[in-house]
Amino acid sequence: MNPPVATPFFFYLLATTMIVGGILVITRKNAVHSALALITTLLAQAALYLMLYAPFVAGVQIILYAGGIMVLFLFVIMLISIERAAKERQFNKQWLVGIAAAAALGGLFIAIYTTTTKGKTLFPEGQVSYGESQNTQAIAALLFDRVHGTYMFAFEIASLLLLVAIIGAVVMAKKRI
Amino acid sequence: MHELIDYIQSYLKSNLTPGAAGNIFWATVYILLVFVGLSIAVIAMNWLERKILAHMQVRLGPMRVGPHGLLQPIADAIKLLLKEDIIPAEADKFVFWIAPFIVVLAAFTVFVVVPFGPTHAITDMNIGILFMLGVSSLSVLGIVTAGWASNSHYPLIGALRSSAQMVSYEVAMGLAVVSVIMMTSLQTGTGTLSMIGIVQAQQTSGEWFIFKFFPLGLIGFFIFAIAMVAETNRAPFDLPEAESELTAGFHTEYSGFRWSLFFLAEYSAMIAVSSIAVTLWLGGWLRPFPNLLHGSTWDLVFSLVPGLTFLFFAAICFFNVVRMPKHPLFKIQTMGLAGFGAVLGLIGLVMFVPGVRDRVGDIFWFAAKVAGFMYLYIWYRGTFPRYRFDQLMKMGWKVLLPMGLALLILTAVVAMRADLWDQLRGVGHP
Repeated sequence: MNPPVATPFFFYLLATTMIVGGILVITRKNAVHSALALITTLLAQAALYLMLYAPFVAGVQIILYAGGIMVLFLFVIMLISIERAAKERQFNKQWLVGIAAAAALGGLFIAIYTTTTKGKTLFPEGQVSYGESQNTQAIAALLFDRVHGTYMFAFEIASLLLLVAIIGAVVMAKKRI
Repeated sequence: MHELIDYIQSYLKSNLTPGAAGNIFWATVYILLVFVGLSIAVIAMNWLERKILAHMQVRLGPMRVGPHGLLQPIADAIKLLLKEDIIPAEADKFVFWIAPFIVVLAAFTVFVVVPFGPTHAITDMNIGILFMLGVSSLSVLGIVTAGWASNSHYPLIGALRSSAQMVSYEVAMGLAVVSVIMMTSLQTGTGTLSMIGIVQAQQTSGEWFIFKFFPLGLIGFFIFAIAMVAETNRAPFDLPEAESELTAGFHTEYSGFRWSLFFLAEYSAMIAVSSIAVTLWLGGWLRPFPNLLHGSTWDLVFSLVPGLTFLFFAAICFFNVVRMPKHPLFKIQTMGLAGFGAVLGLIGLVMFVPGVRDRVGDIFWFAAKVAGFMYLYIWYRGTFPRYRFDQLMKMGWKVLLPMGLALLILTAVVAMRADLWDQLRGVGHP
């Protein structure tokens, strides 16, 4: 058996990339730079999924978010005048509320991470030996298996919601269909 | 030292890809080999495209640099590297700088999973085909940012066209791919996304997926073959760089080395999508006619083909050596062509050695099939007029997408029936 590729070094590297990318997204004045930073963050997140032995989720993340949604984002951003948008007064100066919310969320994470019930934490240390080579098939079994397929209904409802959103967008955009 | 040699040799006995065996040394070797091979392929493609296109238009094409213009790609590369590298004054410098690298990175990274043979791939991923589609879809980001960062009208319009086109055709492409993935689940009950697994599924099913459930496999291949031309922005779908309207589209403002990166990425993306098509429909590394012409004699005959092909190319070279003008000015060119032919002949002879023959056969068949697609690309460019943008969108959304959806449903129905039939005969999985 090979030693795991996913050493803590990679986790910290990816986490730093994600945090720096996330900060850049909200601090850049130029919307295209923000979008590029967001793409970096999303790609680092995909790599984190790989570290969790979930290649299928990582692949879907790259295709849908980095390759699909972000292209449409850029598509829209490119059509607005960047110079004028950069000069406009920003009306999102709510530092206090933002910091309070972030601190509350961070406190919550720390609280959950350190909570012990009967001497056990919620996130015990140790290595997962998960069948990486069968990840796609395992997800398919969770969705569609006759016996264990528990998430089929939720999955279909989610796709129906998306369909409704698409139809709604078309109806709102076009007077005559 | 001894352990190191053991480590290197241990892989040779295993029957895995370097990635699966976890052998870093051989993985590096494979990555370098793929990179060098790809670069040579792009150089060769550059020369071939000019020559073939020229002959289609009853011209000679490059004839001056080297015999029959064989050294033209090298002359071009030197010219590009020596050119002044201009960044427009009003451009967004950082984004302008990073855009070509995004495109090149996306175009080269996909070759990590391309299976040149059952063990001749850098690695085999559980999500192989998904990885290829995902990473190659990242190249559109580079094109969009390149067009925007140039801060100029033509590049911006080119980038907009390109992103709209690539996003639309990705949908039809994905549907065609899913129909193939369904076919892989027929024999074993579980399908696979792994590139090697897909070819092995074709091997066990006894036919390439292009012939599976005739004509469903063929239609899927047809959809993919159209969508892949649009994905790579090639004629007749080369609207993002339509010369008559947009000068050079998204890379109008690029020059020198940066421009050559776009060029490199375009050709390696063409090779990448062609290798997806070859892997999914044309049996990847499998040799042609495995059912009709089987047995050890035919295996031997087909294993001689790689060497014979190179000898054939060498023969063409020598034929042209004889036809060269006898004027003293052509002396060096004649000698050069003879040397080139000799090298090709030597490669051909090496390929007859039994040990080499067994190992390069699969790589040869894969490369030969991809080369067929490369020729098709040039042929399209030489013969089809360019589409109009509304026609392009109509084609993508109103023809290919419904066809893809219908194909998906039909494949599912037919596959279910075939599966039931196999179960009744007691052949399939329980």
